Amino acid sequence: MTALAATARHARYVIAENPVTGFAFALFVLIVLAAVFGPHIVPYNPLSSDTAEALQPPNMHHWFGTDQLGRDVFSRVIVATRLDFFIAVASVALVFLMGGLAGVAAGFFGGWTDRIVGRIADTIMAFPLFVLAMGIVAALGNTVQNIVLATAIVNFPLYARIARAEANVRREAGFVEAARLSGNSDWRILAFQILPNVFPILVVQMSLTMGYAILNAAGLSFIGLGVRPPTPEWGIMVAEGSAFMVSGEWWNAFFPGAALMVAVFCFNLLGDGLRDMVDPRRRT
Amino acid sequence: MTVLLDVAEFSKLFPVGGVPGPIARLRRRFAGGPEKLPKVYAVDDVSFVINEGETVGLVGESGCGKSTLVRALTRLIDASDGSVKFGPRELSLTPSRDFARDPDRARIQMVFQDAGDSINPRFTAFDAIADPLRRLRKMRGKALTQRVEVVASQCGLPLQFLSRFPHQLSGGQRARVGIARAIAVEPDLLVLDEPTAALDVSVQVVILQLLQRLKHEFGMSYLFVSHDLSVVRLLCDRVLVMYLGKIVEAGPAAEVFAHPLHPYTQALVAAVPRLGENVTERLRLTGEPMSPIDPDPKVCRFSGRCPRGTDACKTAMPALRRFGHRQVACHFAEEFLVQP
Amino acid sequence: MAHMTAVPALNVEGLTVEFRTRSGIVRALDNVSFSVEKGETIALVGESGSGKSVTAYAVMGILDPAGRVTAGRAMLGGLDLLAAKPSQLADVRGREIAMIFQNPRTALNPIRPVGRQIADVLIRHGNVPRNEAPAQAIEMLRAVGITDPVRRAKAYPFEMSGGMCQRVMIAIALAAKPSLLIADEPTTGLDVTTQAVIMDLVSDLAKDLGMATIFITHDLALAGQRSARIVVMHAGHVVEVAPTKELFAHPRHPYTAELIAATPDAAASLDQLASIPGSLPDLRRVDLPNCRYSERCPRKTDECDRPLPRPDPGATHIVACWNPLP
Repeated sequence: MTALAATARHARYVIAENPVTGFAFALFVLIVLAAVFGPHIVPYNPLSSDTAEALQPPNMHHWFGTDQLGRDVFSRVIVATRLDFFIAVASVALVFLMGGLAGVAAGFFGGWTDRIVGRIADTIMAFPLFVLAMGIVAALGNTVQNIVLATAIVNFPLYARIARAEANVRREAGFVEAARLSGNSDWRILAFQILPNVFPILVVQMSLTMGYAILNAAGLSFIGLGVRPPTPEWGIMVAEGSAFMVSGEWWNAFFPGAALMVAVFCFNLLGDGLRDMVDPRRRT
Repeated sequence: MTVLLDVAEFSKLFPVGGVPGPIARLRRRFAGGPEKLPKVYAVDDVSFVINEGETVGLVGESGCGKSTLVRALTRLIDASDGSVKFGPRELSLTPSRDFARDPDRARIQMVFQDAGDSINPRFTAFDAIADPLRRLRKMRGKALTQRVEVVASQCGLPLQFLSRFPHQLSGGQRARVGIARAIAVEPDLLVLDEPTAALDVSVQVVILQLLQRLKHEFGMSYLFVSHDLSVVRLLCDRVLVMYLGKIVEAGPAAEVFAHPLHPYTQALVAAVPRLGENVTERLRLTGEPMSPIDPDPKVCRFSGRCPRGTDACKTAMPALRRFGHRQVACHFAEEFLVQP
Repeated sequence: MAHMTAVPALNVEGLTVEFRTRSGIVRALDNVSFSVEKGETIALVGESGSGKSVTAYAVMGILDPAGRVTAGRAMLGGLDLLAAKPSQLADVRGREIAMIFQNPRTALNPIRPVGRQIADVLIRHGNVPRNEAPAQAIEMLRAVGITDPVRRAKAYPFEMSGGMCQRVMIAIALAAKPSLLIADEPTTGLDVTTQAVIMDLVSDLAKDLGMATIFITHDLALAGQRSARIVVMHAGHVVEVAPTKELFAHPRHPYTAELIAATPDAAASLDQLASIPGSLPDLRRVDLPNCRYSERCPRKTDECDRPLPRPDPGATHIVACWNPLP
């Protein structure tokens, strides 16, 4: 049985065992589909405003109602999926590369590498994380790239610590010594022996970080340090819509907020499911 | 007999508590001069040879230094002192870090104790056996597959198990994968670190007989490390007994076990349960072993636990002396030499 | 004349255990029966997969949640351990029956000083008043051969060597002077000299306390040295029970004979060692034969498909075989 087939069979088993994971997985697929095809299938252009139609409650023509500029909230929520999903995925990929590699090197080589990575992580952790994210975006400018970078930096210590611990445990393992006897240099061992063993554990953390990344972006947008209008993004939509909550136009903030909640919920559940897949059952 | 491996005055010391960082080093210098760090004498002034085609056993209990010695011989760690000559070549000249890319890397290989731990859980059996062939023999594609299959068959591993992961294999099958990997590159010296310790007795028999057969087929020398004296007695031509970093006795395996000369060996042999024998009045070792940290070089390492200890044992370290085929490091060795 | 039958310390009858796993039901134990007399030391010998540890765990009531006892009794005095309520079991464990394990570090609480762990048992099961327990705990440490017990009582397990932890575990098990001790591979992994000392210790303490011992091991030679009777297990069955000398001199079950022939000690040279043909049957099979050794047995006859013979209760040498060695 190839590795892929074994993984697929195991995945099917876990999803069958735990229906919640199956549900989360289905939801995840939906989110991905919305992100990929969203802009092509929405009924209205998310950017086109029509002030005549402003602030209409949910009805047959506008399922989620319209916002203060007459834009269709439903279209905006769906199209925003792409941006938020991208932010989530990009942040997580970046922090995995930075934190994962740094942590694994620190754990494996020890010595100065360990000290330097440790000090960097300590410095980052000295700040309240959101404040640090705010600071980075404020200093470098409100672009999507900077939001991704800020999220990655803020999560760096966590990934570095996990990766370091895993690498440290494995560096004395029999198979590492066997690899040395087989003529592998330290770098090869790190790349081909240690990293593949550390990766699954980081993957679990990555799905949890995706939820955090979206919330972080939403939070930054809420205080004006995130994406700039009129780009549809859930956080900005909640921020703009919150002003209208008091006057009764709840749909402006509610639907993007609900979308946020569903996405984060889905990623967290997925993380739990992945942990079940990756952790003890794999190791029997 | 041609000498394959010649170990002379070999020592390996470890600083206690790990290597100090730069701040700690600075602090020490300002505190009161460059004091010597306390060191663990894991292996202390050990000398022996392994001849071609020989199986040498290395016995000793936990803490005796055999694991450290073995790791140094296989060039996973560096020596602190002494020489290790492999054929004409002095191995200690190459740091262990660089030895992975050395052309002689393939000539010394190792079979590990816990085959489950020594195979990467994400590698299939095929990958595990193929790794040294890829790295040391630069084999690829068809030639690689063929060689892996040949070696697996020689080790009695059915070919369909090559695609399995370690957790899908039984203990005996994993042991075979470990052996196949080690002999794939045709080493001259194979170090076996308790290869059957984790196996059932019936599987152990099969693996031991396999090892014997492979040795004759390929003309390898073995260094067989084990704490199981019964197994060592069966497989080894000669045996070295280690205690706290030093060799205390050496000689032909059958003789050492039938007639041990060193008090520690005597206690060891007495403690091994023999089939069908009752426990009789035994030579029991009391207390804990001496500390391996900065031991007094004038005191015999075994004093304190030795039933024979006298004052002489605390004033002079007994040297490893030769008596015919036997070597013993004890002041009272003569008393135990065979009379009738 | 009145017929005196001594009540055994433990009498296991027809113990059958299965485990539910995702790949099927594993019939780990099938109709396991043996007994231990008061003050007697017996050994439960078998290779991995023989079910010897499962037997001990079932008797102690600490089986994995996936395991179920589907039949059998384990009579400790008048109490059936397998049918007892959890509160009854909690009373009996420690006071009447105790167990020591292979890895002492996992059996000891890592964040509690060892003296306190012993005192806990003394207070709960030994009816020792709280203020006297620490002093008695120190005495227990001395009794198991730990030097400087006053200082060691305050130590944590991580500060002690493997051999010392093993002694502490023995002290905890024996603190309330149980009448039966189950020792599950207590010296596997220890150096052979430490093993000898620990086994001496257990034997001496057992003799002093008049305690019965069930000693579980895969090492036939060690079992032979330390026990009066040996119970040989294979694939969840008891295949042979006999007094030690008798077992080695005249093994009757083919598996026992093969096991003896595979032990390195028995042979003068490697070629003389014989391995056991075949391999363990998959215990998840629904079509397991009545004799689980029959598929690997060189002495198999057609008779062997029948259900195994009922053991003669009075016999000292029991063999579960239709074609035993003479």
